Formats: sequence, structure tokens, C-alpha cells
Amino acid sequence: MANVATAIPATPAATLPKRPNPVLTFVRQQPMGAASFVVIFVMMFAGLFPQLVAPYDPLGIDFAQILAAPSLDHWFGTDAYGRDIFSRIIYGSRTALVIGFSSSLVGSSIGAVLGIASAYFGGRVDTWIQRFVDILLAFPIIVLALVVVAAIRKTVIYGVDVNLIIAIAIPIIPRVARVVRAAALSVSVMPYIDAARAAGYSDTRIIFRHMAPNVVAPFLIMFTAFIAQAILLEASLSFLGLGVTEPTAAWGLMLSGNAADFYREAPWMVIFPGVAISLAVFAFNLFGDSLRDYLDPRFKT
Amino acid sequence: MKRLLLGLLGVAAFVLAAGPKAEAQTPKRGGNLNFAISAETPHYDCHGSDTYATLHFSSPFYSTLLRYNLSKFPEVEGDLAKSWTVSPDKLTYTFTLHDGVKFHDGTPFSSADIKATYDRLRNPAKGVVSNRKATFADIESIETPNPTTVIFKLKAVNSSMLDHFASPWNCVYAAKDLETDPNFPRTKINGTGPFIFVEHVKGSHVEGKRNPNYFKKGLPYLDSYRGIFTLQAAAMLNALQGGQVLAEFRGVSPAERDRMVAAMGKNLRVEESSWTLNLLVLFNNEKPPFNDVRVRRALLMAIDRWGGSVGLSKISTLRAVGGVVRPGSPLATPEAQLVKLPGFSKDIKAARAEARRLLKEAGQENLKFTLWNRNLAMPYTPAGVFLVDQWRQIGVQVEHKQSDTAPYIAAMRSGNYEVAIDFSNLFNDDPTLSLTKFLSAKNNPLNLARYNDEEIDKYYELQLREGDITKRKQYIQALEKRLFEQGYQQPLLWWHRIVLTNKKVMGWKMSPSHNLGQDLAEVWLNE
Repeated sequence: MANVATAIPATPAATLPKRPNPVLTFVRQQPMGAASFVVIFVMMFAGLFPQLVAPYDPLGIDFAQILAAPSLDHWFGTDAYGRDIFSRIIYGSRTALVIGFSSSLVGSSIGAVLGIASAYFGGRVDTWIQRFVDILLAFPIIVLALVVVAAIRKTVIYGVDVNLIIAIAIPIIPRVARVVRAAALSVSVMPYIDAARAAGYSDTRIIFRHMAPNVVAPFLIMFTAFIAQAILLEASLSFLGLGVTEPTAAWGLMLSGNAADFYREAPWMVIFPGVAISLAVFAFNLFGDSLRDYLDPRFKT
Repeated sequence: MKRLLLGLLGVAAFVLAAGPKAEAQTPKRGGNLNFAISAETPHYDCHGSDTYATLHFSSPFYSTLLRYNLSKFPEVEGDLAKSWTVSPDKLTYTFTLHDGVKFHDGTPFSSADIKATYDRLRNPAKGVVSNRKATFADIESIETPNPTTVIFKLKAVNSSMLDHFASPWNCVYAAKDLETDPNFPRTKINGTGPFIFVEHVKGSHVEGKRNPNYFKKGLPYLDSYRGIFTLQAAAMLNALQGGQVLAEFRGVSPAERDRMVAAMGKNLRVEESSWTLNLLVLFNNEKPPFNDVRVRRALLMAIDRWGGSVGLSKISTLRAVGGVVRPGSPLATPEAQLVKLPGFSKDIKAARAEARRLLKEAGQENLKFTLWNRNLAMPYTPAGVFLVDQWRQIGVQVEHKQSDTAPYIAAMRSGNYEVAIDFSNLFNDDPTLSLTKFLSAKNNPLNLARYNDEEIDKYYELQLREGDITKRKQYIQALEKRLFEQGYQQPLLWWHRIVLTNKKVMGWKMSPSHNLGQDLAEVWLNE
């Protein structure tokens, strides 16, 4: 009998399917998300290195240029003090990003910890945390921020109003806590959590080492989405005179004050800051949505 | 014949042209005036207030001994006083009062009420606030030989005394009310003014009705009025445009004026005047490095007031450059002299170079501080933005802190500030009124800059006692020079007043002070 045994061709490692590049996959699957990231990136670059982008000093008064229309010298025109609006928008992105990122990070992180703790401990702890969350959720986000900012006034550290960050972060906490709790509830019944408990790990270790990493997807999505909310809130509070003060370059502030007096003669005073706010909020919201679609397995089936 | 016809035609044309105008100027009786008050008074007591909000609220209910004739400002005329004489040594003021005057509750008015009022002003009982205590410190005694005569005897000659008697803050109260409760006027109203108090709805309005027993016969013309509290400028302008209110008597910005002119056209009356109001740059002279004259002078020298006034006058109520007395008024320092004083040079380049040198000499090249300001848009915010920009140009970093009025005043009074924007709210051009703010802090709660300077006190006293106007002017200028050379505090810019009224409102008189002429007695509606 002839030996019919045939050699099994060796499978070279090179032929194994490659793990796709997550960035390219994201770009392919979420082109709008990628485009919004480009906007965010530009905004972040402008915020980090405004002096490289802005052609003028954002605080420099030039009474000879009061209410100058958009031109080659002043792309977005000038305001009632003769300040270059384009430069103020560039520097304003720093204010928006610092307050947006910090508020969202603080609010989302506290909310995530509360949400995970609520799901992990259950019982009375869960009830108390959730009723507290219910109370905070009963207030519209802008009303709650207004109350907090009016109550705690201002504390400026290195040019940043820390209390403004806290005021914006507080309304974010219950919203993140509620979503993260839902995700954490399903994680808390996983066998590896039982195993960790059986191994005698502390509650803190289980929450931060074993549960938190597994709810990072909803956390990231909420964090991104709330940056947009925080930027909008900062602009609203500044518009109402409760946020940053003149002469700081801030988008919301650019819409109030003299802009209210001169928007008829100089509509560019309100159009360009308004577009900047809309663009930033739109980009962060779109990026958050795209991130959710990309990370959520349900959207892949 | 032809001449006669032409003459008749000329007369007819004159009558046609002048007729309706003359008719329009004849006051009409009746009607209700709604006007806006941009702030609500914290209480009703004129004696214990510094805000116009109290006067726009309370003035129609009260009379004063003297007052300003706004048609010939700053000429003084009688209100409750029919006439007065001043003794040759200027130490005795004798007033003859109107007869038959009654308070709103029917109590007859007499010289005893004037005495009780001025005793309260100069020597308030415990628990009573009188912001005019220092103003009347020169009064030695008040005598009332009969119900229609009151005699004020002074300890020393006071050049400003007649102006002080015409102050709108000296509302005359009933002696019997003050006997019952020295703080009666703080919460209740009983005056001799043209209107009787009807109601005060907090957060909404104050209402008054015609006083049928007003001692000036035929006045007031209005049946009633309602002062509506419109704290937001936009709400006030919308109400004026919509006819819900017919006036706002304090003042608006040039941009607001232009908006309203465009919106209301010929139905709007615009009146403008320089204003007896200024903003001041204030240093806390107790806090280093502002206890160093070089630092204070450097900061004042960096401010381009002349350039700033051109720009800021387009976007705010700030306009005129001036010293301690309103520019353009008789005792003001002329521009030629003013430009020689620190902070007023027209050569801003050289002034800033000198400012940098002074800062370097004081070891403050990298100076950083917080500028306290009120969070009122007009004109405090533009002033703050302007100052931050000016100081950045000599390398100084400033944090602009705008706060509500209450914490702002608390910080000023407690000395918990470094540099601030303060205001001086005057009702006339008499220098004594404006100079009081600059007297040494040890005897003067109005000095928020917290310094003591005997030279300034000396010049103040000299000008106060001087009857000769030329000499008085010299003392005022000497005080001003000392104040600016030391840089304790300094006027930034003087305000410009723009008042908008609906053309239906007649008889109201414009003046350089929003504290004057608010009793509404001669106001009428052309409807």
C-alpha cells in the first residue's frame, strides 16, 4: 500500500489574519467621528499653543480698530474694544477646553465611582446613592450649575476658576453615576468578581482593579459627551455673567456684554463665537456618539 | 396795501408757527407717569443713603430746605425756605420758611421739623445712619425763634454751606415722627413733597399719588406716578421702546442711545450732559507694594487717559479726563495744568518708560495683583478691561475680579483688596463734596485707600474756609497735586450722562447730576 500520507503544508505565521489597526477601523467605520476628532484636535492644538496660531494679543485694546469688519487684517473682525475676534476665539478655546475637560473629568470620575459603588454594594448603599442621584437629576443641568456657581462664588487658581469647574462638574455626577451603575450591575455578577471576593480582596481593590476597567467604555462615552455639555455650560454661565470675567477670552463671554449692545452694527461679534461654540459642541457630541457605536458590541451584531 | 398784506401774512405765519408750540409748552394736568428705576433702594431714608436708587424712589415724597435751580445750575433756590440771609461774617444762616405747609398725614410743618431733621443729619441718635454727619459738622447750633424761622449758627466759615443745604439727601422729616422712632424714615414715609406714598411692591414698583395740599400751588401736574424697578438694561430699553415706561432718569450708554434713537425716532427725546460722577483708581496704601509711592505712581502713569477717553466714550458712559473737580466746572484744573500731573501726560510713551523705570527701582518689574471691580456692566466693566490693558503694557499682570456690590463694598471697607475701581457720586461741583473722599483715613470712613496725609487735610481745610474763589482754586489745585504726586487714588475718567425720555414727558429738567430734580413736581404729560 502506497504510502499516501501527504505532507500537511506548513502554515506560515504571515498568513494568520492580522489584528486590524483600531484607528483605521474607527476611521473606516465612523468617518463622521473621525472628522469630528480632527476638529477636536485642531481645537486642542489651538488651545495648547494659541500663541502659534493667534495673530494678535487677545487682550490688546486698539481703539483705532473698534468694531472693524472682517478683513485680511482681522479675519473675524474686531470687537467694541478693537480686539481681534479671531485671536480671542483661539485663546477662548483654551478656556473652553480647560473648563470642559476638567469639569467633565471630575464629574464623570466621581459619577463613575458612585455608580460602581452603588452597583457593587447594593442594598442600603445603593438605595441612598440612587435617591441622592434622583434628587440631583430632578434639577435641569443649567439650573443646578447656576445654583452652585451662585452659592460658592469664585476661587481663581492659576487663572482658572476652580469653583466654576466644580459648579459644572456637579450636574454631571448623577448622570454618569446612573449610566455607569447600569453597566456595573452586570459586571458585579461576573464569576471573576465572585472569585475576587472569595480570594479576600478588599472592596476598594475589587471596585478599582476589577470593576472599573470593565465599565470604561460607558465611562469614556459619557466623559466625551459631557465635555460638550461642559463647554456649553461654561459659555452659558459666562454669558449670564457668572463664569469667567472680562477681559479673559471666553466664547460665552464674547456673546454677552458689549456684543449685546453692538450686534446690529457688528454682527461678527456674535456670529464667530457662536459658530465656535456650536462647532466644538457638535464635534464632541459626534465624537462621543461615534465612540459609543465603535465600542458597544451590540452595534457590531 | 401790499405791505399791509405781507405784514398780515407774516403775522399769520408767526401765529401758525408759534401757536401749537406755545400750546405744547403749557403744562397739562393729570395722567400717570410710569418711569424706570434701574436699581431698588435698600431702604427709604435719604439721610443714610448714597445711592440714587433711594432718591429716585423717595424724592417725590419729600421737600428740602433749599434746592438747585436746574434751569440755572448750580444756582440755589428755596424749597421749604421762602428766603434766607447770610450774616456778613458768614457764620449765621437765617431761613424764613413757607407758611401753611403740611405733612402728608396732616401735621403742620414748622421750623421744629427743620431742626429735628438737621439734628438727625449732624448728630444722629444711636442706631441711626447719617452719611452727612461730616458735612454738617460745622453747625454749632440750630435755633427756632418762631415756627417760620430757623437760624443755623456755624463754628467756622464754610464755603460750601449753602450747597450743603441744597443737597437732595436732606429730606425734611416730621419732628414728631423722629421723636416716636428716630429710624422712622427708614421704613415709613411722611413728607411734605408733591406726591403721597401709595405702595412699594418689592422687586416691582413704587407708587405715589398727587398731594392735593402741596404748598406750591398748582403743582404737581401729574395725578400719580409709578417707578418701576428694571434692573436689567435690556428690559428697561424694551419697556421704553414699548411705551410701558416713558423715561429712565439716571442715564444710558451711547450704544443704548443709538439703539433707541433708531427704534423710536422722533418719539424719543435725548438729553446729554457731563456728569458729576467719576470712577477712581484706588490703591490699598496699607498693603505692600502699594505702600510704595513709586509703584502707585508707575501704575497711574501707565494709563493713557486721553486715548482711553476717545475710545471708551464710544462704548461706555465714560468720557471726560479730569482731576478732582468735574472738568469744565468753574473750579476745575485747566487741561494745560492737568497734563503736568502724574497720570495725565499726553506723551504716553515717555510716561510708560518712566513707569517701567519706577517699577524697576521699586523692585516690582514682575508685579502681579488683583483689580477689584463691581460687576456692573456700565461703565465698570469697560473701565476694568481698559485698566488691565494699560497695565499689561508696562509688564504688569492683573487679574480682574468683578463681584456683586455687597462683597465689593465689604472688601473696600475691610481693606481686603490690593487695587480697586471706586466711584465718586456727587450732586454738585462744589469741591468740598468731592474732596472729602481724599481726607486722611484716621478721621474719614469715606477714605477707602487707607492713607493719612496731613498736607491734604491742610489744603482741604484751607479751601473750605476760603471765601475768595481764586485763592480757593489755588488750595484745591495744591491738594490735587499732592494727591496725584503721592498717587494714593486718582480719578480715571468722568462720566457722560445721556437721558432718554419719551417725548410725551414734559417739564423734567436735565442736569449734570442724576441725584437732582427727581421730585417730579413740574413734570407733566403731553397726551
